[in-house]
Order: sequence, then structure tokens, then C-alpha cells
Amino acid sequence: MNENNQTTSLPKTPLPVPKDYASDRDVRWCPGCGDYSVLAMVQKVMAQVGLPREKIAFISGIGCSSRFTYYMNAFGFHTIHGRALTIASGVKCANPELSVWVATGDGDALSIGGNHFVHTLRRNIGMNILLFNNRIYGLTKGQASPTTLEGKITKTTPFGSIEHPVNPISLALGSEGTFIARTLDRDLKHMQEMLLKVYGHRGTSLLEIMQNCKIFNDGAFLEFTEKETKNENVIFIEHNKPLVFGNKKDKGIKLDGWKITVINIDDGKNSINDCLVYNEKSKELAFLISEFYDRQDLPMPVGVFLNIERPTYEDNMMRQIEYTKEKLGIGDVDELVKGNSTWVIK
Amino acid sequence: MQDEKTNKNHKLNDKNNKPDVMPVEDVTIRFAGDSGDGMQLTGTQFSESIAAAGYDVGTFPDYPADIRAPAGSLYGVSGFQIHFSSHDIHTPGDQIDVLVCMNPAALKVNLKDIKKGGIIIVNEDSFDAKNLDLAGFKTNPLEDGTLGRYTVYELPITKTTLQVLKDLGLSMKEAEKCKNFFALGLVYWLYNKTPDFTLNWIEQKFAKRPEIVEANSRVLMAGYYYGEATEIFTSRYEVKKADLPKGTYRNINGNEAVALGLVAAAARAGLQLFLGSYPITPASEILQSLSKFKNYGVKTFQAEDEIAGICTAIGASFAGALVATTTSGPGMALKTEAMGLAVMAELPLVIIDVQRGGPSTGLPTKTEQSDLSMSIFGRNGECPMPVLAAQSPSDCFHITIEAARIAIKYMTPVIVLTDGYIAQGSEPMKIYKVSELPEIKVIFQKSREGFFPYTRNEFLSRPWAIPGTKGLEHRIGGLEKQNITGNISYDPENHNQMVKIRDKKVKKIADEIPLLKVNGVQSGKLLVLGWGSTFGAIASACENLQKKGIKVSFTHLRYLNPFPKNLGQILKQFEIILIPEMNLGQLANLIKMEYLVSPITFDKIKGLPFKAMEIENKIEEILRT
Repeated sequence: MNENNQTTSLPKTPLPVPKDYASDRDVRWCPGCGDYSVLAMVQKVMAQVGLPREKIAFISGIGCSSRFTYYMNAFGFHTIHGRALTIASGVKCANPELSVWVATGDGDALSIGGNHFVHTLRRNIGMNILLFNNRIYGLTKGQASPTTLEGKITKTTPFGSIEHPVNPISLALGSEGTFIARTLDRDLKHMQEMLLKVYGHRGTSLLEIMQNCKIFNDGAFLEFTEKETKNENVIFIEHNKPLVFGNKKDKGIKLDGWKITVINIDDGKNSINDCLVYNEKSKELAFLISEFYDRQDLPMPVGVFLNIERPTYEDNMMRQIEYTKEKLGIGDVDELVKGNSTWVIK
Repeated sequence: MQDEKTNKNHKLNDKNNKPDVMPVEDVTIRFAGDSGDGMQLTGTQFSESIAAAGYDVGTFPDYPADIRAPAGSLYGVSGFQIHFSSHDIHTPGDQIDVLVCMNPAALKVNLKDIKKGGIIIVNEDSFDAKNLDLAGFKTNPLEDGTLGRYTVYELPITKTTLQVLKDLGLSMKEAEKCKNFFALGLVYWLYNKTPDFTLNWIEQKFAKRPEIVEANSRVLMAGYYYGEATEIFTSRYEVKKADLPKGTYRNINGNEAVALGLVAAAARAGLQLFLGSYPITPASEILQSLSKFKNYGVKTFQAEDEIAGICTAIGASFAGALVATTTSGPGMALKTEAMGLAVMAELPLVIIDVQRGGPSTGLPTKTEQSDLSMSIFGRNGECPMPVLAAQSPSDCFHITIEAARIAIKYMTPVIVLTDGYIAQGSEPMKIYKVSELPEIKVIFQKSREGFFPYTRNEFLSRPWAIPGTKGLEHRIGGLEKQNITGNISYDPENHNQMVKIRDKKVKKIADEIPLLKVNGVQSGKLLVLGWGSTFGAIASACENLQKKGIKVSFTHLRYLNPFPKNLGQILKQFEIILIPEMNLGQLANLIKMEYLVSPITFDKIKGLPFKAMEIENKIEEILRT
């Protein structure tokens, strides 16, 4: 008997594999779109952490990236333009047990949904926001977005954009976000690392993904993603590590008073000890580095800008409900409807 | 305990030369003063005390939009009207029997509403040159004969208040603030009612500030004794108690009734309640009330805007909560796209629109019924939604529960229209236990067997399959759905079919909504048809005329989409259909469209509710021709 028991123990639930998270729908982004790599990596990371499919609510707004929900074998809600964060907030409040994810784009999150972007981050509601930034409106076929660079020619800016673009990371910092990071669609290893951190953070996690639109803004991030130029133009920021970059890791970021300078750490005058050491708990540093975004003379920062703890909205909400139940007793609806002052007609 | 204390402090003297107590059928009193004079509090106290004593009461507060308009100005006048009666009443009263006015501006604003021979009680201390000037009186109306048609009592309310409190060491400002209680005490005396209700309230309210309890109680009793001791008043009045249906009652206004209706509906359905909302006049009180009910498990989310208000609610509905969003006209306009999403995703949602004067910002604190067309038609695409309307403050409770029931049963968003008039007006409400309310059956999809997101039951409603349920992972959204599977579909035939299914689903609700009843003769010359908050004025007008032997019938709609099934049949029984509305004829348009009849419209778009008299006059005018 005992032997039998040993051999007939319950079959092990097989570990999930990425394709368990793929729906039966054909993926219909344009060939060569950066969104494919994000989809594959999200499915891979979900399998890696073993997230039960029924616990996942994937919410999106409108735009190319927002089709993401249809391709995930999970609970999905493809909503209306700009409002994904609000729908996701409602889902999380109603059921804090769910793992809530949002796929959104630069138009969806920063233009029509800009208001919700600010308020969701400040509330710190538990959700993972994947912000696909391709600096263009793709689904509507090539108009300028809030992240389109000045001077850029698009269908709505035939003589070049006269607007200054928004910096998503700085906006997220200004919105009191608690986890703010950036990655690149063509750096899978880094994306994987970032997604794992996004998943691990309690509260609102924002991951900006610089993502290439093959059709309407091809090559927007080429200098950051191609082997030949990447190391010279991108700086990978890491907690407790000095800020160095360059093909030979020979350049560093030095803080000289309030002035940021790029130093050569191999020139004998400077060393790695002169470089600024990053700290993802420091909002001041995060602001400082996020502002590299606009600077031609400084590399594009990629990695975790900020990773701090703050109570989440849903935790506070549930805590307040529990507290009042304890203090005032669990409410009796019949008594509530009656109120304090009644009279009887016989 | 309370009574002993009251008697000790304020022992009533038995006097032999009491004025006569005259019986009256019903009375309308309006307290009016500066917005800082505490008139809303005075009115609420009187009405609650009267309601608790077993009368049928209707109230209507009327206050300025400005938070604190300049003292003494006309636009700073705040009023609270109470109608109480020995019989079943439907309105806060047309004309005022008694006006209590605390300053000249209040007199100026309210004079036109007083009955000929009505009583005016004024605070003579406030009739100084400055206040008379602010109110636009060239001469003092107390002296120049303006008030000749009325019975006027000029009382030194401020002076007496200060006199009574002089040994308490309160600041002049604090002491003067008590003067509204003098007026209240006096009115209690005038209508032969004990002030105990308010004395108890003062003790509870200011329990931590004994000096304020003492001050307010003293002034209240000073007002009461003023009537008793001085021989100014020749009569007191007594209204017999109303003969209401048996039961336990409370006083309630429409906004509170909506809040309680939502909590009760959630309890009946066994669901958690989630409210996503954004503050807006005159709906904010619903959000405020529900925010207090945390120990009932209520989740309220004060969103960053109107759109986020409705969208958080839609998200929570997707996740399996009973959800609502509350707003007024401008907020409704902002929410329309999201309503379309809820129609497409077929998720239950209750949308409360406390209508106010429009368009645009319009008249935020004033009432109107002008969002009906918008509620029926105001969305892109073929976007049918059930629309209900509350007919009185207490009906706000029942109609909200009905909206929740329909929303869940048919998996659809439902609009409930109330308005500023019934939201802030109050009346007695018969109390029901949650278990006595209509059943709200919730069936969450559990089984994977044969599950598709857009299969339908006999009511054409799709399954509610909430995140967290293993094996039911599926995707929904605003794009057109393939019938049954719910996958995205651009197929022309499928779209044609889905548009018709969504339409039919809402139309089918008519199969179970109560048939309309006609009050009065069942066929004849004139039927008055109303909807929403005009019920009180229409019912009072028709009942008054019926008592006089005039043949007029009325019926009232609480369901605007779909209409009750017998409405068409009823309309055919009458030669003339009269529709009074606080808009340019929005129900009349629907009736024309649906039944090809031509009603007579009667509009009032003044930010104020109809008076019964106005409708009576209109009916008589029609019947004369």
C-alpha cells in the first residue's frame, strides 16, 4: 500500500510555459513591430513567475499596443481611448487579489489619458503599466503624438512638429510614482529583468518601453538599440552602481555641483570613483537622471529610476474598511435604512 | 432623563389666557434669511420634528450657488420650505402660509410667494438702513404699507437673542448665530408643537460644547416663550396628524435615498458596492454619504474626473461588484463614451443623474428635467439603455434598487434620473427591510462547460464571468463582438445582428415592468401624463380638481425606456394628453415618436418645480376651450 501510495501520488501540475499565456487569436501587428518582442517577453516572465492565468486582468485603451489584451490568455478588457488606467483601477479596487496589467501607448496614456496617468501614479494603485512609447500615432496611421520630437515630420506636422515633447519618466516622477523604469524593445534581457521588477513591486509600476514603429516612425530609437551605437548612446542605470557607459565602459557621469559632466574614467585624471553612484531610492537622483532624455550631450538613461515603497491605494482602502468595521461594528443595512429618527403609523 | 432636564431648565408655565388653537388642514412655512443665518438647519429641524410627530411632510430647500454671498444681499438669500398636512401630500406646497424672514433681502425675495392674508414674521432688528438698501427697498416695507395684505409680526429677534445670552460670555458673533433658534422656537409654539426634538438634537450635536448647548437651548425656548408670554399672537394653529399607511417611517431627501438604495440593493444582491464618482452639484451628497458607509463594506472612489468616475465603476463591474456612478448634466455629457462601452461590454452599471438647469454649467443649484433626451439618445452608435426616473424623494430609494435589479438581470448599464428638486427635498419614507425588497439574483458563471462570453439566456443577457474564476479567461471590449464567442468581428451580418440583439434586450424589459395605472376616470377628455419629479405637483393638481368634481385623469412614468406596455393603449382613451415638463417637451417628443399622438406640452424652465396651482390653472384652461 505504502509503495503504491508513493508511486500514485498526485500528478504534479506542470509548470506553466510562455505559450500557456497566449490566446488563440492571431497576432496582427505589422511585421517587424516592436510590440511582438514585448508580448513574447511578458508571456515568458509570467511563466517564469508562475502567475495563474485566472488571476490576471489585462486592461488596455485604444491604439496598437492596446490590442495586447486580445493576445493574452487571461481575463482581458480592451476599453476606450485613454481610460485603461481608470478601468484597471476599478478592477483592482473591486478585487485586490488580481494581478492587474495595463498595455498603453504614448497617445493613449500621455495625451487623451494624461489626467489618469498622473492620478493613478499618485494613488499607487496596484497595477503594472506597460507604456509602449513609439513617439507616433500608429493605429490612426502616422500623426504626431505627445512624445514626437520637435521638428519631426508626420502627417499632422507636414512642416515639422512645433511642440516640445513630454518626458514620460519625469512626468511619472512628478506624479509621485513609486516604481518607474525604462527599457528597450530590442534589449530582451534588459526587458526581462525590468518586467520581473515591475511584477515584484507593490503599487503602481510604470515601465516605459521605447518601441519601434516599423511603418510610421521606423528607426526612432535606432541609436539606442543598434549594436554599433547603443553603448555610446545609452546608459544603463543600476542601483548602487556607478553610472558608466561607452563601448569600453570608459565613460562616466560626474556630478559637479549641479552640473552634470561626462568624464573619461580611463584618462588618468578621473576614475570610476569619481562617477555618480545611482540609488533607486532617491527621487532627487531620479529627476536628475531622467532629464538626460532631452540632452544631446548625454546618454539616454535606461533601467529603474525609482523603486520606493508606499502603501497602495487598495491596501489603504481595505484597511479603512476593516478599521471602521472594528470601531463601529459591521454595519447592519436594515438599521442604516431606518436611520436615527423614525415613527410608527399604526 | 431628557424630559426631566428639559423641564427643569425650561419649565413651561401654565397660563389661563392662552390664545385659541385653531385647526387647519395643511400649512406651508418658509424660513428665509441670509445664507449665514442657519435657515437650512432651522428648516430641517422643524421638518424632521414634524415628520417624527407623524405628519406627512414635503420640504424644499432653496439656497444660493455662492458659498457665502455678501451678507444682506438679494442673491445671498437662503430659504427652506416645509409643507405639512393632515392628509397625504405630494409637494412642498405652492404658496406660503407663514414666512419667517431674518432680513429685508429675504422679505424682498419671498414676498411674491406669500398667500394673501398670510403671516410674516420678521426680525425687525435687521431692518436697518444698510440692509434695506442692500435689499433694494427705498422705504421701509414694515412702515410704508407694502405689507398691508398680510399679518405681520415684527419681533426683536437679534436683541432678544443677545439679551438672553448676555451672561454666558459668548462673543457677539457666536451669540448672534443662535438667533435662528429663536425663530424655530416661535414656530414650534405657533403650531402647538413641543420643541423637545430640537432640544435633544442640540444636546447630542454639541455634546462637547456645553456652553453652546446652553445658548442654543435658551434661545430656542426664548422663541417658544415669546409666543406664550407676549400677547402679540392671537391664534395658534394645530394640524391634525396624517392618515398614512401603516408602517415605520423616516424623513428622507432624494440624494440620501439614492445612497441608501444602493447600499440596500448591494445587500439584497449579496454583492459588494463600488461607487466611482466626481463631486458635482447637486449630486455630491450621494458620494459623501456613501463615503461614510465604510463599515458596510462600501467602496467609494473619488475619481480625478467624471470619465474616471464611470470608468472605475465599469472596471469594478467587470470584476464582479455592484457599481454605480453619480453625477449631474455636465458630468453625464462627459460619461457618454464610457456608457457606450458598458453597453457594448454588457456589464451592469447604475448611472444616477441628478438633473440641474442646463445647458453647459447652467444653473447648478436649480432643478430641471432636461437630460431626458440625452439619456435616451445621447450616445454614438445604436446604444440603447434603460432609463428610469424617480417621482419623489422617497421613490429615489426604490427606483435605485429597481435600476440595480435591471442592470444585473439584463447585464446592462441603467440610467436613473432624479433632479435637484427631489434630491434636496424631503418627505416621509416607509421603511422596508432588505429581505422585503425585490429579489436581485446574481449568477456568476462558474462552469467552463459551453462557456462563451456572449451566449445569452432567455432575457438575452450574457453571463457575468469575473476575473479570478479558473478556466473562464476571456477578452471583452468596445469593438464589435462576434455573436456568442465575443471575438472581434467586422462581419457585416454579425454587426447587423448584434445591434438588433442589444436593442431587443432593452425592449424586452417591458415584459416585466409594472403596467401604468390611471388615476381618475379611465377614459375621457383629458389625461395629464408626467414623469419624474413633477409627480407631486401633477397629483396634487389633479386630485384638487377631482375633489371639485372636474373630470381629469393622470398617470405617471417611472420607466422612460422602455415605456410600460400599456402606455399606448392608455393614450388612446383620452382626447387630450397634457404633458407638463421642466424642459421644452422632451417626453412629449418621445410620445409623439412612439405613439403618433400630439400631446399638449406645458413647460416651465425656470429652475423651479411646478406648483400644483400652475398645473390646475392649465388644466382648467384646456377644459374651458
